[in-house]
Amino acid sequence: MNYIAAIGKYFIMVGEVFRKPTKWRIMKSLILKEIDELIYGSMGIIIFISFFIGGVVTIQTALNLNSPLIPKSLIGFATRQSVILEFAPTFCSIIMAGKVGSYITSSIGTMRVTEQIDALEVMGVNSLNYLVFPKIIAMLFYPFAIAVAMYVGIFGGWIAGAFGGYAPSGEFIKGLQLDFIPFHITYSFIKALVFAFVIATVPSFHGFYMKGGALEVGKASTTAFVWTSVVIIILNYIITQLLLG
Amino acid sequence: MIQVENIHKSFGDAHILKGINTTFEKGKTNLVIGQSGSGKTVFLKSLLGLFEPEQGKICYNGEYYWDLTTAEQRDLRQQMGMVFQGSALFDSMTVEQNVMFPMDMFTKQSISEMQDRVDFVLKRVNLIDAHKKYPSEISGGMQKRVAIARAIVMNPKYLFCDEPNSGLDPKTAILIDNLIQEITKEYNITTVINTHDMNSVMEIGEKIIFLKNGYKEWEGTNKEIFKTDNKAVTDFVYSSELFKKVRQMYIEERN
Repeated sequence: MNYIAAIGKYFIMVGEVFRKPTKWRIMKSLILKEIDELIYGSMGIIIFISFFIGGVVTIQTALNLNSPLIPKSLIGFATRQSVILEFAPTFCSIIMAGKVGSYITSSIGTMRVTEQIDALEVMGVNSLNYLVFPKIIAMLFYPFAIAVAMYVGIFGGWIAGAFGGYAPSGEFIKGLQLDFIPFHITYSFIKALVFAFVIATVPSFHGFYMKGGALEVGKASTTAFVWTSVVIIILNYIITQLLLG
Repeated sequence: MIQVENIHKSFGDAHILKGINTTFEKGKTNLVIGQSGSGKTVFLKSLLGLFEPEQGKICYNGEYYWDLTTAEQRDLRQQMGMVFQGSALFDSMTVEQNVMFPMDMFTKQSISEMQDRVDFVLKRVNLIDAHKKYPSEISGGMQKRVAIARAIVMNPKYLFCDEPNSGLDPKTAILIDNLIQEITKEYNITTVINTHDMNSVMEIGEKIIFLKNGYKEWEGTNKEIFKTDNKAVTDFVYSSELFKKVRQMYIEERN
């Protein structure tokens, strides 16, 4: 029963985020600040993870396709498909749920504990719009990060394949170009946008409605990460079934 | 003027406010006192509209707060200034930005007009060299003064303070009390202060209400609190030996 109430409260919160907007001049600076914090500040970890994940996918695919009848180009094909369809959008989103999600929960939660949210409310500011809306807009740039993750992941796979001796460079690149379906990129970006909304709002919900002190801020961050991951995994299944199934 | 009519507030099974009636007059420093857990903060947050009472009414100059639309409530809140117990300054903003924030949000003034007003209110609270500092870089007393400056920058009709001198040394606490009283008189606003600081009670308590277990136990002025025979009030106010002696001297002098 508590979960149903929390889900209802979450949707009410999302509705409230879009009501009574903050003055555009102020909102613009908040959005730019959040883009810097949430997207630009996460590029390092996204590039690092994508590069090595791409490499690992290539190595594991190569080790499992050891029949001489299977062309080596399939290693490039499998790496491309795995990275574009799953590793870039979903794996990076789980990482972002930890990095960005905990930042959002703890920053909003600390504002709650120190009565800064009450101060906003008393002034007549729509605190949800002021705090959460810029994060949602900033996260609309998340597919850009995912595009970089795709590129770097495939690049990592090529490096591991060519320099690790698992697939010749030419064969790997031939595989990358094999049976390319542009809709898979669209599917991946749709997933990234949906996950971006989840990463911006679920941790905000946990931070905004938290009660207690500093210890509870930590607990709320952990809970937010767990629930954001759960929602991403469930939505990943639903979107895949709807768009590719 | 703020009229409070029979307000009740509960959280789950805990009945915090149990039918409080009172009136807070304009141009006076109204104090709400009581032990920790007596319901003072819930009462103040109910006055601010942060908590909705289950029963009873809160009336601001003839307007019942909870009968107003959300937009009207937000407009009314813009006429309120609040000094929180922990100051509640925005960590990511400088002192100047904190004070400018309400004007930046709700007025169409130019940057130079806002800057002039910020300089004026910061000077009014005796803070001159802290404009570019962050809240973490200034003392607790200075943070309180910044909070007061932020609360008065929009020329509010109502000023609320939740334990404004908690955690401050006695000298700074008196400065803050005097500052709030001066501002109340100067701008003719309705000020409500939550406190359990006895110096504040004696110095600036033009009207005092004493809460006990969610009830209004007593109401009067700082002159009347000396004379009252209400045991709950005397137990609370004269809990220290010093104040007991002061009261004894007062009674002996009177007799």
